[in-house]
Formats: sequence, structure tokens, C-alpha cells
Amino acid sequence: MPESLIAIKDALPYLLRGSLVTLIVVAGAMALGLTIGVPLAVGQVYGRPALRRVIGVYVWFFRGIPLLVLLFLFYFGLCTALDINLSAFTVAIIVLGLISSAYQSQIFRGAILSLPEGQFKAARALGMSDLKAISFIVLPQALRLSIPGWSNEYSILLKDSAVTYALGVAEIMARAHFVATRTYQQLPLYLTAGVIFLVLTYLGTRGLRMLEEKVRIPGYSAHGL
Amino acid sequence: MEEWLYIQTEVYPALLKGFWVSLQLIVPSAFCGLVIGIMVGVLRVYGSRAVMAVADTYVALFRGIPLVVQLFIWYFGLPYIKIYLSPFVAAVLGFSLCSGAYHSEYVRGALLSIKRGQMLAAQSLGFNKVRMIFSIILPQAIRRALPGCGNEIIYLIKYSSLAYMITCIELTGQGKILASNSFKYTEIFLIIGACYLVMTSVASVILGHLEDRLLLPGFEHHRI
Repeated sequence: MPESLIAIKDALPYLLRGSLVTLIVVAGAMALGLTIGVPLAVGQVYGRPALRRVIGVYVWFFRGIPLLVLLFLFYFGLCTALDINLSAFTVAIIVLGLISSAYQSQIFRGAILSLPEGQFKAARALGMSDLKAISFIVLPQALRLSIPGWSNEYSILLKDSAVTYALGVAEIMARAHFVATRTYQQLPLYLTAGVIFLVLTYLGTRGLRMLEEKVRIPGYSAHGL
Repeated sequence: MEEWLYIQTEVYPALLKGFWVSLQLIVPSAFCGLVIGIMVGVLRVYGSRAVMAVADTYVALFRGIPLVVQLFIWYFGLPYIKIYLSPFVAAVLGFSLCSGAYHSEYVRGALLSIKRGQMLAAQSLGFNKVRMIFSIILPQAIRRALPGCGNEIIYLIKYSSLAYMITCIELTGQGKILASNSFKYTEIFLIIGACYLVMTSVASVILGHLEDRLLLPGFEHHRI
């Protein structure tokens, strides 16, 4: 067996454990992005002008600055300045989550705006408060419509998570680099890392498509959009 | 006072230098990426079946593998087969090929959205296939693809920071060096962040203007 294949075979279990780290980072960031992104979207659609402007600045900030710069800013800068002791892993999840929340808020905002206005008015006419109308009528529909955009967010986060290697998070890329510098089998190992990412993207989007099917309400789908 | 002197004598020149390197990375990559994207987009719609398969594979690979991994393959991986690229060349190559794959998606979508009648009309006027594509279909399609491609260029501005990871010292790299020397991480990276915000905001204004300039009367309703 050629040397490169031996190196790949030896490194594979180690790399696959790294993909677990990658997946936890991605899942954490997606969850954080969802929890922040939904209120942001609601605020941007239904909020007062001042609130909308604040959210606009938040979105502009996190969409306009590169991930790498934000990672450095939070990990080396803010964590030291504010004397918070966070691991690189936690910072990676927080930063990816904050960036994702900015993008996700736009996905949800689009979905909310795509609903017919009558839905909200009908809910109000039935005596629901604004909050109730949003959380029981608008969001259940809007969130379903956002799943296709949301699964895009998964593949973007998956790829962006490779950047967290710059902080030393032991994900796939970092591990491939460790092994590559030790065995001098750079090309084969980076290609293996690439293949693992391809497989993860494929499996993830398949899973999310299944979710989309599962939560679908007959007669209601994004296909008409 | 000292702070101000520090900013004037150390931070400003270093960041200016980094900014130029960033610009030198972004402009050629954006241009090459667009050219690759248009070519691949055309091949994916009008190519023969084999060409289509090759182009689709290219796009799937370059969109599915993280840009960092691609950059590492070009810079640290290629020496394995005795190809040595400078960090700058590796970065431009990586950015161009990756953004080309994304551009091709927008171009393909735009090409497919052009009505068949346009093609039939061109054919009935005696255009051959190449001329039809380049003088009838593409000029319309590129206008439709522009919003998506513009977004991609803004992504490219942000992703140009990854060149730092293959030791091409651009804006982020200069910032990292400055910050590690002075321990003023928060301040320096806020300044760097602001530089990128300015770059992305200016780029989106320019792209918006370009979109307006290229607008053809009678075709406005396709704008999103």
C-alpha cells in the first residue's frame, strides 16, 4: 500500500472524531442563531422604527465583518479585555452563532413577509394579542417556509466551521493539519478532509430535507414561492 | 497622546499596507471568478452532456469543500506533487476557483430564466449557437445574475481574510501581527472589522449603481 493511503488510513479515526467536534460546533451555532434570529426577524418586521434600526445595524455588523476577524476579536480581544475565560470551542460556537443569527434573521424575515397579511389580521380579529398572533399563527407557518433557506445555512456554517481552526478548535481541518505536518502527507490528508466535509454537507442537507417533509402541512409549502 | 502616536506611526502604515494586499487579492479574484463563473455557467446550460457533467462536478466540489481546505490544498498540498505556489498566487487561485463555482450557479439560473423565444428568434435571424449565446442570451442573463454575483463578490471581500491562514499577510494578517505585538487585540480587530465593513458597504453601493446603470428599459420588472 502506498505511503499516502497508509497515512489516510491511520488518520481516519482521528479525523472522524474531529467531525464530531465540527458537528457540535455547527449544531450549537445553528441553535444559537435560531434563538437569536427569530426574535430579530420578528422585531425587524413588527418592531418600532428605532428597534428596526438597531437590528439593522446588528445585521449589518455581523454580515459585513469576516468570520476570522470576529473570531480574533472575540477570542483574543473581548475575552481578555472583559476577563472572561472561555475556551476556543465555546467562542467558536458563539461567534458562528451570532453571525448565523444575522443571516437567519433575514431568512425568517423573508418568510414572515411572504405570508399573506390577512393571516395576522385574522388572528387579531379573533382577539389574539400581537404576541399570540405572532407566535401561534405567523411563526409556525413562517418557520416551515424557512427550512430550505435554513438548510443552506447549515452547509454555510459547516464550511465556515473550518475557519475556527485558527483559534485551535480541534475540528476536522485542525486535525488534518496536525497529521499532515507530522507525516508530510499534506495533499492526501487535506483531500480526505475535503471529502469528509462533502459527505457531511450531503448527509446534512438530506436530513434537513427529510425534516422539511416531516413538518410539512398539506397544502402549505415553499414550492409555490 | 502616546496612543495617538502609536496609531499614527505603527497601526496606520501597517494596515494601509495590508489593505493594499487585500485589494490586490480581491480585485483579480473577483474578475477571474466572474469569468470562470460565466464560462462554467454557459457550459452547464449549453454544453454537451460530458462537458455538463465535468462542470457540475467542478461546482459540486468547490462549493462543497470549505474554502480553508481548498486554500490549504493549493498552498500546503500541491508541494506534495512538486508544484510550489507563492501564498499570494495560491490565495488568488483558491478564491477565483471557489467564487467561480458560486458565480456559475447564479449565471446558470439566469441563463435558464431567459425565455426560449429569445433563442428561437436569434436562430431564425441566422445566428449560430456561439453568437446567439454571447450576443443575445448572455447580455440579458448577466443582468439578471448580477444581484447574486454581487453578493458573491461581497462574500469574496470577507473571505479574502482567509488568505492570512496560508501566510499571505493582508489586512487581517497585519492586524494579527500588530495585535500580538501590542496586546491591543480588541482595538486593532475593531479597526480591522471597521475596514471590512467599509469595504463591503462601498462594494454593495457600487454594485447597486452598476445594476442601475446596466438596467435595460423594459426589463426592469425582473429585478428582485
